[in-house]
Amino acid sequence: MSFSGLLGRKLGMTQTFRPDGTVEPVTVIQAGPCVVTQIRTITNDGYEAVQLGFGEKKHLNKPERGHLQDNGALRYLREFRGSVEGLEVGQRIGPEVFEEGSRVDVSATSKGRGFAGVVKRHGFHGGPKTHGQSDRHRAPGSIGSGTTPGRVLPGLKMAGHMGGERVTVQSLEVIKSDPARGLLLVKGSVPGARNGLLYIRSSAQAK
Amino acid sequence: MDLSTALQGIVEATTNERIPQFSSGDTVRVSAKVVEGDRERIQDFEGVVIRMRKAGVSSNFTVRRIASNGVGVERTFLMHSPRVDKVEVKRRGKVRRANLYYLRGLTGKAARIKEAPRT
Repeated sequence: MSFSGLLGRKLGMTQTFRPDGTVEPVTVIQAGPCVVTQIRTITNDGYEAVQLGFGEKKHLNKPERGHLQDNGALRYLREFRGSVEGLEVGQRIGPEVFEEGSRVDVSATSKGRGFAGVVKRHGFHGGPKTHGQSDRHRAPGSIGSGTTPGRVLPGLKMAGHMGGERVTVQSLEVIKSDPARGLLLVKGSVPGARNGLLYIRSSAQAK
Repeated sequence: MDLSTALQGIVEATTNERIPQFSSGDTVRVSAKVVEGDRERIQDFEGVVIRMRKAGVSSNFTVRRIASNGVGVERTFLMHSPRVDKVEVKRRGKVRRANLYYLRGLTGKAARIKEAPRT
């Protein structure tokens, strides 16, 4: 299989029509242009991967200048494991690596939610809203037994920091791949805020 | 590049050119494609436009008509859906608001809309 991975930027969501009139929710992704900045080989690095660069940056430090050479001031560099066949450093790739109708996995950093309670973070139902309740509306309820075991079991779902972590959504259908405009339309939602970096590759799930 | 500029070309490609300009209060005949089993046919729906939502590709409008038994029937169409074959404006209505929900409470003579002067 030829290489299929790409870095992109989430532009936002909209909807499109299929020829039969069904409406599909889509995420519009500015996919590429990505530049192949390095190729990792078994002999050199012990594994095969392609490093892609994406985005623009104003200032490069010295090591970055040395690494990127004439490939432009790229903001993001990410590696994609897999076959490196047919790729060379400096090559530019765009949405054409994904066929319409194929499936992709998209990874990104989810929106940060700060310190979130148990209702938002874990989908707890909260307490009763009526019948004399006070302060119990969004409370977690009991967090364990009494004297035995006398401690809270590890892994218990509690309030805490939510979001801002890497999330992957698998098997999203590619509705439209538009190399002329550098856009990729993918069915459904994708993690992260608008303008966030997306890491796209063909789906690991067999169809 | 933001979403709207990125989408411009794509939106144009999906824009339904068979849709003329019309607004709330107009009487229109919408030819909608209906799929019955594996056959497709065109079904007309004629009535007064009581609401329009302009939102790019997601734009839609609602047409209200009084069925034979005096029951009001409303149908909402997606402006750019391939299932909307064509829209014919039958009559331009003169109305003073965008959403004609008040028509729902009126019947017969009271539910008439004055014709707009031709421009």
